[in-house]
Amino acid sequence: MATPETSTVDTPEGSRDGDKLIVFDKVVKRFGDNVVLRDLDFTVASGERVTLIGPSGSGKTTILRLLMTLESLDDGHIWVDGEPLWHMRKGDRLVPANEAHLRDVRTKIGMVFQQFNLFPNMSVLRNITEAPIRVLGKSREEADAEARELLERVGLEAKIDAHPNQLSGGQQQRVAIARALAMGPKILLLDEVTSALDPELVAGVLGVLREIAETTDITMLIVTHEMHFARDVSHRVMMFDGGQVVEQGPPDKIFGACDHERTKRFLHAVIEAR
Amino acid sequence: MTWDWGYAQDIFPDILHAFIRYTLVVTVLASALAATLGLVFAVIRGAHVPVVAPLTTAFIEFVRSTPIPIQLFFMFYVLPSLGLTLSGMFVGVLVLGVHYSCYYAEVYRAGIDNVPKGQWEACTALSMPARYRWTHVVLPQAIRNVLPSLGNYVISMFKETPFLFLIAVPEMVQEAVAIGGRSFRYLEALTIAGLIFLVASYPAAVAMRKLEKRLGHA
Repeated sequence: MATPETSTVDTPEGSRDGDKLIVFDKVVKRFGDNVVLRDLDFTVASGERVTLIGPSGSGKTTILRLLMTLESLDDGHIWVDGEPLWHMRKGDRLVPANEAHLRDVRTKIGMVFQQFNLFPNMSVLRNITEAPIRVLGKSREEADAEARELLERVGLEAKIDAHPNQLSGGQQQRVAIARALAMGPKILLLDEVTSALDPELVAGVLGVLREIAETTDITMLIVTHEMHFARDVSHRVMMFDGGQVVEQGPPDKIFGACDHERTKRFLHAVIEAR
Repeated sequence: MTWDWGYAQDIFPDILHAFIRYTLVVTVLASALAATLGLVFAVIRGAHVPVVAPLTTAFIEFVRSTPIPIQLFFMFYVLPSLGLTLSGMFVGVLVLGVHYSCYYAEVYRAGIDNVPKGQWEACTALSMPARYRWTHVVLPQAIRNVLPSLGNYVISMFKETPFLFLIAVPEMVQEAVAIGGRSFRYLEALTIAGLIFLVASYPAAVAMRKLEKRLGHA
Protein backbone atom coordinates (compact mmCIF):
# COMPACT_ATOMS: atom_id res chain seq x y z
CA MET A 1 0.00 0.00 0.00
CA ALA A 2 1.45 3.35 -0.97
CA THR A 3 1.62 5.75 1.93
CA PRO A 4 1.06 9.45 1.55
CA GLU A 5 4.07 11.72 1.98
CA THR A 6 4.77 13.58 5.17
CA SER A 7 3.68 17.19 4.77
CA THR A 8 3.04 20.37 6.68
CA VAL A 9 -0.40 21.28 5.46
CA ASP A 10 -2.57 23.27 7.86
CA THR A 11 -6.05 22.25 8.74
CA PRO A 12 -8.14 23.58 5.83
CA GLU A 13 -10.31 26.60 6.43
CA GLY A 14 -13.59 25.67 8.00
CA SER A 15 -12.93 21.96 8.26
CA ARG A 16 -12.99 22.15 12.05
CA ASP A 17 -16.47 23.60 12.38
CA GLY A 18 -19.50 21.48 11.71
CA ASP A 19 -19.95 23.14 8.38
CA LYS A 20 -17.60 21.02 6.31
CA LEU A 21 -17.76 17.42 7.38
CA ILE A 22 -15.77 16.09 4.44
CA VAL A 23 -12.98 17.95 2.67
CA PHE A 24 -11.09 16.63 -0.34
CA ASP A 25 -7.96 18.71 -0.83
CA LYS A 26 -6.03 18.13 -4.07
CA VAL A 27 -6.68 14.43 -3.88
CA VAL A 28 -4.81 12.24 -6.34
CA LYS A 29 -5.45 8.55 -6.87
CA ARG A 30 -3.71 6.41 -9.45
CA PHE A 31 -4.05 2.76 -10.38
CA GLY A 32 -0.74 2.05 -12.08
CA ASP A 33 -0.39 4.63 -14.85
CA ASN A 34 -4.07 5.38 -14.82
CA VAL A 35 -4.87 8.58 -12.92
CA VAL A 36 -8.37 8.07 -11.53
CA LEU A 37 -8.62 11.28 -9.50
CA ARG A 38 -6.49 14.32 -10.34
CA ASP A 39 -6.19 17.17 -7.83
CA LEU A 40 -9.77 16.71 -6.76
CA ASP A 41 -11.16 19.39 -4.42
CA PHE A 42 -14.62 19.33 -2.94
CA THR A 43 -16.38 19.65 0.38
CA VAL A 44 -19.51 18.16 1.84
CA ALA A 45 -21.42 19.90 4.63
CA SER A 46 -22.72 18.11 7.67
CA GLY A 47 -26.16 16.66 6.94
CA GLU A 48 -25.77 17.16 3.22
CA ARG A 49 -26.75 14.42 0.79
CA VAL A 50 -24.63 14.42 -2.33
CA THR A 51 -25.09 12.19 -5.35
CA LEU A 52 -22.10 11.47 -7.55
CA ILE A 53 -22.93 10.71 -11.16
CA GLY A 54 -20.81 10.11 -14.22
CA PRO A 55 -19.68 7.39 -16.61
CA SER A 56 -18.01 4.29 -15.23
CA GLY A 57 -14.33 4.87 -14.59
CA SER A 58 -14.96 8.52 -13.76
CA GLY A 59 -13.76 8.00 -10.18
CA LYS A 60 -17.06 8.15 -8.23
CA THR A 61 -16.68 4.79 -6.55
CA THR A 62 -13.00 5.51 -5.86
CA ILE A 63 -14.07 8.58 -3.88
CA LEU A 64 -16.25 6.43 -1.63
CA ARG A 65 -13.55 3.77 -1.31
CA LEU A 66 -10.93 6.37 -0.33
CA LEU A 67 -13.26 7.66 2.38
CA MET A 68 -13.87 4.14 3.64
CA THR A 69 -10.08 3.55 3.57
CA LEU A 70 -10.49 0.64 1.17
CA GLU A 71 -8.07 2.36 -1.20
CA SER A 72 -5.00 4.31 -0.20
CA LEU A 73 -4.40 7.92 -1.05
CA ASP A 74 -1.59 8.81 -3.47
CA ASP A 75 -1.46 12.54 -2.88
CA GLY A 76 -3.42 15.35 -1.27
CA HIS A 77 -5.49 15.25 1.91
CA ILE A 78 -8.91 14.10 2.99
CA TRP A 79 -10.44 15.57 6.14
CA VAL A 80 -13.33 14.02 7.98
CA ASP A 81 -14.97 15.92 10.82
CA GLY A 82 -11.89 18.10 11.27
CA GLU A 83 -9.48 15.15 11.38
CA PRO A 84 -7.15 14.14 8.59
CA LEU A 85 -8.24 10.69 7.41
CA TRP A 86 -5.07 9.34 5.84
CA HIS A 87 -2.71 11.35 8.03
CA MET A 88 -2.30 12.12 11.67
CA ARG A 89 -0.94 15.08 13.54
CA LYS A 90 2.56 14.97 14.90
CA GLY A 91 3.28 18.38 16.40
CA ASP A 92 2.30 20.78 13.65
CA ARG A 93 3.03 18.29 10.90
CA LEU A 94 0.95 15.63 9.24
CA VAL A 95 2.44 12.17 8.91
CA PRO A 96 0.93 9.07 7.29
CA ALA A 97 -1.76 7.57 9.49
CA ASN A 98 -1.23 4.31 11.34
CA GLU A 99 -3.84 1.59 11.65
CA ALA A 100 -5.13 2.83 15.01
CA HIS A 101 -5.78 6.29 13.61
CA LEU A 102 -7.52 4.88 10.54
CA ARG A 103 -9.72 2.73 12.74
CA ASP A 104 -10.59 5.73 14.83
CA VAL A 105 -11.69 7.98 11.97
CA ARG A 106 -13.34 5.07 10.20
CA THR A 107 -15.96 4.56 12.92
CA LYS A 108 -17.60 7.82 11.80
CA ILE A 109 -18.22 6.35 8.36
CA GLY A 110 -20.49 3.54 7.22
CA MET A 111 -20.79 1.98 3.80
CA VAL A 112 -23.33 -0.08 1.89
CA PHE A 113 -21.91 -2.09 -0.98
CA GLN A 114 -23.24 -3.09 -4.37
CA GLN A 115 -22.85 -6.79 -3.48
CA PHE A 116 -24.30 -6.41 0.09
CA ASN A 117 -21.33 -8.28 1.64
CA LEU A 118 -23.31 -9.68 4.54
CA PHE A 119 -21.48 -12.34 6.57
CA PRO A 120 -22.96 -15.64 5.33
CA ASN A 121 -21.89 -17.50 8.47
CA MET A 122 -23.97 -15.28 10.78
CA SER A 123 -27.68 -14.74 11.30
CA VAL A 124 -29.26 -11.44 10.32
CA LEU A 125 -29.23 -10.38 13.97
CA ARG A 126 -25.55 -11.14 14.45
CA ASN A 127 -24.63 -9.44 11.19
CA ILE A 128 -26.05 -6.26 12.70
CA THR A 129 -24.94 -6.62 16.32
CA GLU A 130 -21.35 -7.90 16.00
CA ALA A 131 -19.67 -4.59 15.22
CA PRO A 132 -21.58 -2.53 17.82
CA ILE A 133 -20.62 -5.12 20.46
CA ARG A 134 -17.00 -5.71 19.42
CA VAL A 135 -16.06 -2.27 18.19
CA LEU A 136 -18.27 0.15 20.12
CA GLY A 137 -18.35 -2.01 23.25
CA LYS A 138 -22.13 -2.08 23.56
CA SER A 139 -23.80 -4.76 25.68
CA ARG A 140 -25.49 -7.60 23.86
CA GLU A 141 -28.91 -6.53 25.19
CA GLU A 142 -28.47 -3.00 23.96
CA ALA A 143 -27.16 -4.09 20.56
CA ASP A 144 -29.98 -6.62 20.16
CA ALA A 145 -32.62 -4.02 21.00
CA GLU A 146 -31.16 -1.56 18.52
CA ALA A 147 -30.92 -4.23 15.84
CA ARG A 148 -34.59 -5.10 16.34
CA GLU A 149 -35.51 -1.46 15.95
CA LEU A 150 -33.43 -1.13 12.79
CA LEU A 151 -34.86 -4.32 11.31
CA GLU A 152 -38.35 -3.01 11.94
CA ARG A 153 -37.37 0.16 10.16
CA VAL A 154 -36.19 -1.73 7.07
CA GLY A 155 -39.24 -4.01 7.27
CA LEU A 156 -37.42 -7.24 8.08
CA GLU A 157 -38.13 -7.88 11.76
CA ALA A 158 -39.51 -11.29 10.78
CA LYS A 159 -36.14 -12.31 9.33
CA ILE A 160 -34.10 -11.66 12.45
CA ASP A 161 -32.94 -15.28 12.80
CA ALA A 162 -32.58 -16.02 9.09
CA HIS A 163 -29.23 -16.42 7.39
CA PRO A 164 -28.31 -14.20 4.44
CA ASN A 165 -28.61 -17.03 1.89
CA GLN A 166 -32.29 -17.38 2.86
CA LEU A 167 -33.00 -13.78 1.83
CA SER A 168 -33.61 -12.13 -1.52
CA GLY A 169 -31.05 -9.63 -2.79
CA GLY A 170 -33.30 -6.76 -1.81
CA GLN A 171 -33.73 -8.12 1.70
CA GLN A 172 -29.99 -8.67 2.04
CA GLN A 173 -29.36 -5.09 1.02
CA ARG A 174 -31.87 -3.83 3.59
CA VAL A 175 -30.05 -5.83 6.25
CA ALA A 176 -26.77 -4.34 5.04
CA ILE A 177 -28.26 -0.86 5.46
CA ALA A 178 -29.38 -1.74 8.99
CA ARG A 179 -25.90 -3.10 9.71
CA ALA A 180 -24.26 0.14 8.59
CA LEU A 181 -26.71 2.26 10.60
CA ALA A 182 -26.16 0.19 13.75
CA MET A 183 -22.71 1.74 14.03
CA GLY A 184 -24.28 5.21 14.25
CA PRO A 185 -22.18 6.71 11.46
CA LYS A 186 -22.07 10.43 10.75
CA ILE A 187 -21.47 9.65 7.11
CA LEU A 188 -23.12 6.94 5.04
CA LEU A 189 -21.58 5.90 1.73
CA LEU A 190 -23.91 4.19 -0.74
CA ASP A 191 -22.04 2.52 -3.57
CA GLU A 192 -24.47 1.55 -6.34
CA VAL A 193 -26.61 -0.20 -3.76
CA THR A 194 -29.34 -1.23 -6.20
CA SER A 195 -27.17 -2.16 -9.20
CA ALA A 196 -27.01 -5.87 -8.34
CA LEU A 197 -30.74 -6.18 -7.66
CA ASP A 198 -33.52 -7.56 -9.79
CA PRO A 199 -35.65 -4.61 -10.97
CA GLU A 200 -38.66 -5.51 -8.80
CA LEU A 201 -36.52 -5.35 -5.65
CA VAL A 202 -35.04 -1.92 -6.27
CA ALA A 203 -38.03 0.09 -5.02
CA GLY A 204 -38.00 -1.56 -1.58
CA VAL A 205 -34.36 -0.68 -0.98
CA LEU A 206 -34.75 2.87 -2.27
CA GLY A 207 -37.86 3.27 -0.08
CA VAL A 208 -35.82 2.42 2.99
CA LEU A 209 -33.13 4.90 1.98
CA ARG A 210 -35.68 7.64 1.35
CA GLU A 211 -37.10 7.11 4.82
CA ILE A 212 -33.61 7.34 6.35
CA ALA A 213 -32.90 10.50 4.36
CA GLU A 214 -36.13 12.08 5.59
CA THR A 215 -35.85 11.13 9.25
CA THR A 216 -32.13 11.49 10.01
CA ASP A 217 -29.44 14.06 9.41
CA ILE A 218 -26.82 11.52 8.37
CA THR A 219 -24.54 12.91 5.70
CA MET A 220 -24.75 10.77 2.58
CA LEU A 221 -22.53 10.27 -0.42
CA ILE A 222 -24.44 8.35 -3.04
CA VAL A 223 -23.20 6.72 -6.22
CA THR A 224 -26.21 5.58 -8.21
CA HIS A 225 -27.77 5.32 -11.63
CA GLU A 226 -31.26 5.75 -10.16
CA MET A 227 -31.80 9.32 -11.24
CA HIS A 228 -35.29 9.71 -9.77
CA PHE A 229 -33.98 8.65 -6.42
CA ALA A 230 -31.00 11.00 -6.75
CA ARG A 231 -33.31 13.86 -7.62
CA ASP A 232 -35.61 13.18 -4.66
CA VAL A 233 -33.10 12.69 -1.86
CA SER A 234 -30.02 14.71 -2.71
CA HIS A 235 -29.26 18.32 -1.96
CA ARG A 236 -26.53 18.40 -4.56
CA VAL A 237 -25.52 16.40 -7.61
CA MET A 238 -21.92 16.26 -8.80
CA MET A 239 -21.13 15.18 -12.33
CA PHE A 240 -17.73 13.51 -12.70
CA ASP A 241 -15.70 12.68 -15.74
CA GLY A 242 -12.04 11.77 -16.02
CA GLY A 243 -11.47 12.11 -12.27
CA GLN A 244 -12.69 15.69 -12.08
CA VAL A 245 -15.93 17.51 -11.35
CA VAL A 246 -17.52 18.57 -14.62
CA GLU A 247 -20.31 20.47 -12.94
CA GLN A 248 -22.39 20.42 -9.80
CA GLY A 249 -25.54 21.93 -8.43
CA PRO A 250 -28.97 21.23 -6.96
CA PRO A 251 -30.70 18.25 -8.59
CA ASP A 252 -33.28 20.43 -10.28
CA LYS A 253 -30.52 22.31 -12.04
CA ILE A 254 -28.48 19.26 -13.07
CA PHE A 255 -31.43 17.17 -14.16
CA GLY A 256 -33.42 20.08 -15.54
CA ALA A 257 -31.01 22.54 -17.10
CA CYS A 258 -27.41 21.45 -16.85
CA ASP A 259 -24.71 23.67 -18.34
CA HIS A 260 -22.39 21.11 -19.83
CA GLU A 261 -22.79 19.10 -22.96
CA ARG A 262 -20.98 16.17 -21.25
CA THR A 263 -23.59 16.05 -18.47
CA LYS A 264 -26.43 16.30 -20.96
CA ARG A 265 -25.08 13.39 -23.00
CA PHE A 266 -24.50 11.27 -19.91
CA LEU A 267 -27.98 11.83 -18.50
CA HIS A 268 -29.49 11.19 -21.87
CA ALA A 269 -27.64 7.87 -22.15
CA VAL A 270 -28.63 6.78 -18.63
CA ILE A 271 -32.28 7.66 -19.09
CA GLU A 272 -32.36 5.99 -22.52
CA ALA A 273 -31.03 2.80 -20.98
CA ARG A 274 -33.85 2.58 -18.44
CA MET B 1 -1.80 -72.05 1.78
CA THR B 2 -5.51 -71.94 2.56
CA TRP B 3 -7.45 -69.52 4.66
CA ASP B 4 -7.90 -70.74 8.22
CA TRP B 5 -11.03 -69.20 9.76
CA GLY B 6 -10.26 -70.44 13.25
CA TYR B 7 -6.79 -68.92 13.20
CA ALA B 8 -8.13 -65.69 11.77
CA GLN B 9 -10.60 -65.46 14.62
CA ASP B 10 -7.83 -66.05 17.14
CA ILE B 11 -5.58 -63.28 15.91
CA PHE B 12 -8.28 -60.73 15.04
CA PRO B 13 -8.55 -59.21 18.56
CA ASP B 14 -4.78 -58.59 18.73
CA ILE B 15 -4.72 -56.85 15.36
CA LEU B 16 -7.78 -54.78 16.18
CA HIS B 17 -6.20 -53.85 19.48
CA ALA B 18 -3.04 -52.62 17.73
CA PHE B 19 -5.26 -50.67 15.33
CA ILE B 20 -7.14 -48.88 18.08
CA ARG B 21 -4.24 -48.48 20.48
CA TYR B 22 -1.72 -47.15 17.94
CA THR B 23 -2.96 -46.53 14.40
CA LEU B 24 -6.14 -44.74 15.42
CA VAL B 25 -4.56 -42.80 18.28
CA VAL B 26 -1.72 -41.57 16.05
CA THR B 27 -4.15 -40.58 13.29
CA VAL B 28 -6.40 -38.64 15.65
CA LEU B 29 -3.59 -36.84 17.47
CA ALA B 30 -1.53 -36.13 14.35
CA SER B 31 -4.64 -34.82 12.53
CA ALA B 32 -5.41 -32.49 15.40
CA LEU B 33 -1.83 -31.25 15.38
CA ALA B 34 -1.85 -30.83 11.60
CA ALA B 35 -5.19 -28.97 11.65
CA THR B 36 -4.00 -26.57 14.33
CA LEU B 37 -0.47 -25.96 13.13
CA GLY B 38 -1.57 -25.73 9.50
CA LEU B 39 -4.05 -23.02 10.45
CA VAL B 40 -1.35 -21.08 12.27
CA PHE B 41 0.92 -21.34 9.22
CA ALA B 42 -1.87 -20.24 6.88
CA VAL B 43 -2.78 -17.21 8.98
CA ILE B 44 0.87 -16.17 9.35
CA ARG B 45 1.25 -16.29 5.60
CA GLY B 46 -2.17 -14.80 4.87
CA ALA B 47 -1.54 -11.85 7.19
CA HIS B 48 1.92 -11.35 5.62
CA VAL B 49 3.59 -11.20 9.03
CA PRO B 50 7.07 -9.79 8.28
CA VAL B 51 10.04 -12.16 8.66
CA VAL B 52 7.89 -14.94 10.12
CA ALA B 53 5.85 -15.44 6.93
CA PRO B 54 8.84 -16.12 4.61
CA LEU B 55 10.37 -18.38 7.25
CA THR B 56 7.12 -20.31 7.45
CA THR B 57 7.06 -20.70 3.68
CA ALA B 58 10.64 -21.98 3.71
CA PHE B 59 9.83 -24.44 6.47
CA ILE B 60 6.78 -25.73 4.61
CA GLU B 61 8.80 -26.24 1.44
CA PHE B 62 11.51 -28.04 3.38
CA VAL B 63 9.12 -30.42 5.12
CA ARG B 64 7.17 -31.15 1.95
CA SER B 65 10.33 -31.90 0.02
CA THR B 66 11.66 -34.53 2.41
CA PRO B 67 10.14 -37.99 2.79
CA ILE B 68 8.37 -39.04 5.96
CA PRO B 69 10.76 -41.97 6.71
CA ILE B 70 13.77 -39.62 6.80
CA GLN B 71 11.92 -37.30 9.15
CA LEU B 72 10.96 -40.21 11.38
CA PHE B 73 14.48 -41.63 11.46
CA PHE B 74 15.98 -38.25 12.12
CA MET B 75 13.74 -37.46 15.07
CA PHE B 76 14.00 -40.96 16.49
CA TYR B 77 17.68 -41.81 15.99
CA VAL B 78 19.52 -38.50 15.61
CA LEU B 79 17.88 -36.39 18.30
CA PRO B 80 18.86 -38.76 21.13
CA SER B 81 22.52 -38.22 20.20
CA LEU B 82 21.83 -34.53 20.79
CA GLY B 83 20.41 -35.36 24.19
CA LEU B 84 16.72 -35.41 23.28
CA THR B 85 15.07 -38.81 23.51
CA LEU B 86 11.46 -39.05 22.41
CA SER B 87 9.13 -42.06 22.46
CA GLY B 88 8.14 -43.66 19.16
CA MET B 89 4.51 -42.61 19.57
CA PHE B 90 5.52 -39.04 20.29
CA VAL B 91 7.82 -38.89 17.27
CA GLY B 92 5.14 -40.49 15.10
CA VAL B 93 2.48 -37.97 16.06
CA LEU B 94 4.93 -35.09 15.75
CA VAL B 95 6.32 -36.05 12.35
CA LEU B 96 2.99 -36.97 10.74
CA GLY B 97 1.31 -33.94 12.32
CA VAL B 98 3.97 -31.47 11.21
CA HIS B 99 4.29 -33.07 7.78
CA TYR B 100 0.57 -32.85 7.13
CA SER B 101 0.30 -29.38 8.66
CA CYS B 102 2.28 -28.19 5.65
CA TYR B 103 -0.35 -29.64 3.32
CA TYR B 104 -3.12 -28.31 5.54
CA ALA B 105 -1.57 -24.83 5.37
CA GLU B 106 -1.94 -24.89 1.57
CA VAL B 107 -5.53 -26.11 1.82
CA TYR B 108 -6.45 -23.42 4.32
CA ARG B 109 -4.76 -20.86 2.12
CA ALA B 110 -6.90 -21.84 -0.83
CA GLY B 111 -9.94 -21.53 1.43
CA ILE B 112 -8.86 -18.10 2.66
CA ASP B 113 -8.19 -16.90 -0.90
CA ASN B 114 -11.69 -17.99 -1.86
CA VAL B 115 -13.39 -15.78 0.72
CA PRO B 116 -14.67 -12.87 -1.38
CA LYS B 117 -12.84 -9.55 -1.11
CA GLY B 118 -16.14 -7.95 -0.15
CA GLN B 119 -16.07 -9.80 3.16
CA TRP B 120 -12.81 -8.12 4.10
CA GLU B 121 -14.14 -4.78 2.91
CA ALA B 122 -17.30 -5.16 4.98
CA CYS B 123 -15.08 -5.77 8.01
CA THR B 124 -13.13 -2.60 7.27
CA ALA B 125 -16.35 -0.63 6.83
CA LEU B 126 -17.45 -1.85 10.27
CA SER B 127 -14.03 -1.03 11.81
CA MET B 128 -13.61 -4.61 12.95
CA PRO B 129 -10.21 -5.40 14.47
CA ALA B 130 -7.92 -7.64 12.41
CA ARG B 131 -8.09 -10.50 14.86
CA TYR B 132 -11.85 -10.55 14.81
CA ARG B 133 -11.91 -10.58 10.99
CA TRP B 134 -9.87 -13.73 11.00
CA THR B 135 -11.61 -15.58 13.81
CA HIS B 136 -15.22 -14.69 13.08
CA VAL B 137 -15.52 -13.82 9.42
CA VAL B 138 -12.75 -15.20 7.23
CA LEU B 139 -11.70 -18.47 8.87
CA PRO B 140 -15.20 -19.85 9.51
CA GLN B 141 -16.01 -19.39 5.82
CA ALA B 142 -12.62 -20.63 4.65
CA ILE B 143 -12.64 -23.77 6.79
CA ARG B 144 -16.18 -24.67 5.85
CA ASN B 145 -15.21 -24.59 2.18
CA VAL B 146 -12.15 -26.79 2.57
CA LEU B 147 -13.54 -29.37 5.02
CA PRO B 148 -13.64 -32.13 2.37
CA SER B 149 -10.00 -31.55 1.41
CA LEU B 150 -8.96 -31.58 5.05
CA GLY B 151 -10.86 -34.83 5.53
CA ASN B 152 -9.15 -36.40 2.54
CA TYR B 153 -5.75 -35.56 4.00
CA VAL B 154 -6.75 -37.25 7.27
CA ILE B 155 -7.54 -40.37 5.27
CA SER B 156 -4.22 -40.32 3.45
CA MET B 157 -2.34 -39.70 6.69
CA PHE B 158 -4.18 -42.67 8.20
CA LYS B 159 -2.83 -44.81 5.39
CA GLU B 160 0.72 -43.63 6.09
CA THR B 161 0.72 -44.69 9.73
CA PRO B 162 2.43 -48.02 8.84
CA PHE B 163 5.61 -45.96 8.32
CA LEU B 164 5.77 -45.83 12.10
CA PHE B 165 7.03 -49.41 12.14
CA LEU B 166 10.34 -47.82 11.08
CA ILE B 167 10.66 -46.37 14.55
CA ALA B 168 9.37 -49.47 16.34
CA VAL B 169 5.81 -48.34 17.05
CA PRO B 170 3.75 -51.54 17.22
CA GLU B 171 0.99 -50.17 15.01
CA MET B 172 -1.37 -52.50 13.22
CA VAL B 173 0.71 -53.53 10.21
CA GLN B 174 3.77 -54.10 12.36
CA GLU B 175 1.62 -56.17 14.70
CA ALA B 176 0.22 -58.21 11.80
CA VAL B 177 3.72 -58.96 10.52
CA ALA B 178 4.85 -59.96 14.01
CA ILE B 179 1.89 -62.32 14.40
CA GLY B 180 2.62 -63.76 10.97
CA GLY B 181 6.25 -64.27 11.91
CA ARG B 182 5.39 -66.19 15.04
CA SER B 183 3.30 -68.83 13.24
CA PHE B 184 4.72 -68.52 9.72
CA ARG B 185 1.19 -67.69 8.53
CA TYR B 186 1.07 -64.20 7.04
CA LEU B 187 -2.06 -64.54 4.91
CA GLU B 188 -4.69 -64.10 7.60
CA ALA B 189 -2.86 -61.42 9.60
CA LEU B 190 -2.07 -59.17 6.65
CA THR B 191 -5.48 -59.66 5.05
CA ILE B 192 -7.19 -58.66 8.27
CA ALA B 193 -4.97 -55.59 8.61
CA GLY B 194 -5.71 -54.58 5.02
CA LEU B 195 -9.44 -55.07 5.50
CA ILE B 196 -9.46 -52.97 8.65
CA PHE B 197 -7.84 -50.14 6.67
CA LEU B 198 -10.42 -50.56 3.93
CA VAL B 199 -13.38 -50.68 6.31
CA ALA B 200 -12.17 -47.55 8.10
CA SER B 201 -11.13 -45.42 5.15
CA TYR B 202 -13.65 -46.24 2.42
CA PRO B 203 -16.76 -44.96 4.23
CA ALA B 204 -14.78 -41.89 5.29
CA ALA B 205 -13.81 -41.20 1.69
CA VAL B 206 -17.42 -41.59 0.57
CA ALA B 207 -18.56 -39.25 3.34
CA MET B 208 -16.04 -36.63 2.19
CA ARG B 209 -17.28 -36.88 -1.39
CA LYS B 210 -20.85 -36.36 -0.16
CA LEU B 211 -19.80 -33.39 1.94
CA GLU B 212 -17.98 -31.93 -1.04
CA LYS B 213 -21.12 -32.20 -3.15
CA ARG B 214 -23.30 -30.66 -0.49
CA LEU B 215 -20.98 -27.71 0.09
CA GLY B 216 -20.65 -27.25 -3.66
CA HIS B 217 -24.39 -26.84 -4.02
CA ALA B 218 -24.86 -24.72 -0.92
